[in-house]
Amino acid sequence: MSAPETAALAPTARPGRRRRIDLLLWLCGAWLAVLILAAITAPVLGLQEAQDAAKTLLEPVYQPPSLGSAHPLGTNALGLDMLSRIIYGARVSMAVSISAVLIGTFVGGTLGVVAGYLRGTVDRIIGTLTNTLLAVPALILLIALATVLRPSALNMALALSLVAIPGMIRVTRANTLAFAQREFVTVAQALGAGRARIVFRELMPNVLLSVVPLCLVYVSALIVAEASLSFLGIGLRPPQPTWGNMIGEGLNGKMEDYPHLVYVPAAVLFLTVFSFNLLGERMRKRWDKREVSL
Amino acid sequence: MKAAAGKVAQLLVVMFLVSLGTFSLTSLMPGDPAVAILGDNQSPEAYAELRDKLGLNEPLVERYFTWLGHVFQGDLGTSMVPPNEDVTSLIGSAFAVSIELAVLALVVALVVSIPLAMISARRPDGLLDRAASATTFGIMSVPSFVSGLVLIALLVNQLHLFPRVGWVGVTDGLGQNLYHAALPVITIALLEIPTFTRVLRGDLVRTLQEDFVLSARAKGMPAWRIMIFDAFRPSSYSLITVLGLSLAQLIGSTVIVETLFSLPGMGRLVVSSASQGNITVIQGAVLVIAACYVLINAGVDLMYSVIDPRIRRVGA
Repeated sequence: MSAPETAALAPTARPGRRRRIDLLLWLCGAWLAVLILAAITAPVLGLQEAQDAAKTLLEPVYQPPSLGSAHPLGTNALGLDMLSRIIYGARVSMAVSISAVLIGTFVGGTLGVVAGYLRGTVDRIIGTLTNTLLAVPALILLIALATVLRPSALNMALALSLVAIPGMIRVTRANTLAFAQREFVTVAQALGAGRARIVFRELMPNVLLSVVPLCLVYVSALIVAEASLSFLGIGLRPPQPTWGNMIGEGLNGKMEDYPHLVYVPAAVLFLTVFSFNLLGERMRKRWDKREVSL
Repeated sequence: MKAAAGKVAQLLVVMFLVSLGTFSLTSLMPGDPAVAILGDNQSPEAYAELRDKLGLNEPLVERYFTWLGHVFQGDLGTSMVPPNEDVTSLIGSAFAVSIELAVLALVVALVVSIPLAMISARRPDGLLDRAASATTFGIMSVPSFVSGLVLIALLVNQLHLFPRVGWVGVTDGLGQNLYHAALPVITIALLEIPTFTRVLRGDLVRTLQEDFVLSARAKGMPAWRIMIFDAFRPSSYSLITVLGLSLAQLIGSTVIVETLFSLPGMGRLVVSSASQGNITVIQGAVLVIAACYVLINAGVDLMYSVIDPRIRRVGA
């Protein structure tokens, strides 16, 4: 109902704007597709050395980016190729953040649906748990865990999932409250379905679908969180390249002389985070519109 | 009254769980915490002494209550790393720096976002609105360590406007203090401006469609007057929620900025303790930060009833 209204108000502005936004969306999607593809196929891409400084003794160090050369994005202090480090860094960032979001969505989603469906005491207990997790700021929680856990990719994913869980619980709980009133749940109850069946087969699929946009936003937030930790030197450590520790390499005065050390990974990080945010935002908007028109 | 009591009870439960989680951090450490803290090449006596000091020879539950008892007396233990300072005083001095940074950053963010939101809400989907929305969306995707480094490259290395690192306390002169705080504060404010602007703009657009705005307009009030005196207050509830959450989050989340600019705040204390495995400092810091978060949130809940009389009536 709202679409024809706005079209009547601004008949000329609408089509042009929509086309431009679509282009941006496609660009973001293309960037993520290329990045993910490169990250998956990294070992067979024939990239230059990314990790082992012993193999790059003859390579130039601190070479600035030049697209035609053997090192299109330049090299770092040890002569390691920046392009290859970016791609291997993407492997780590993406794998860790995406699996953290999947764990967070599954655990948080289950708890949220259970809380929203059963209500009562269970709801209160899960609510208190959520508040407790929210009481410690994400970065502090991660640093505290990093103090006691070994910095491996698995531990990192588990720690990061703790950041996504409370938000997921809240959103899925709110969605469940709405879905639990719908006819298909009543029908399932009338047909004698047990609680577990209603939670996992009726509610979960519907609720999880509606948190997909939130998942994308969490992926970008967790990419930043992971980068922040390795930037601070308490996440995954060199020689393992991550975007965060690559940016961290530019500290201590090196950025002034060799700005590409910082700008290359920072630009990649920005583009990726921006793309995930934009995708999430667009999906959320489309979703809202559909719910309104229903 | 009953609702308030329930709220207080929930706060206490949350704090209890946080303290439990914080305390059990030591048991998450792989292997012997004493070895993890001191490293491999120490005498057996040194390990035994540290184990004794950590209370590792007592049962877990007993240890927790001993620790909690000390915490209630304001004693968060001593640092694991020489010179073994008192954790409470370490946190006290770092806390002052962090809270100053957080409050200044929020003030700067509000000063920028309130006018920006008003300009955007004037003509929703207009040129200025779209420009502001695109800009804030872009800024939202810049992590603080990236924006901090870009600001350093521009304002410090190119224009020489601000000092690169260092901190001067308020006691050594307000001017110097603000001069050193400026760049970190701007970096933190950049994180908050997008959220504040978007939240306030959304609520303003909704308020501006209300009847009382229409009647004010019909009486011939200028648009800026309506915006500031009529529309702003009823549109500020979500902003206040976000503001409270931000303040609470910022006390711990200035970590990156404090590291970048070498400022002696909570974040830096936590990071340096983390790399040294200095668990007592981490425990103390997490506890203090969580307590702040819980208290500030309770404060925000109270604020609602002050600014919105409708909630007061329902609550009473």
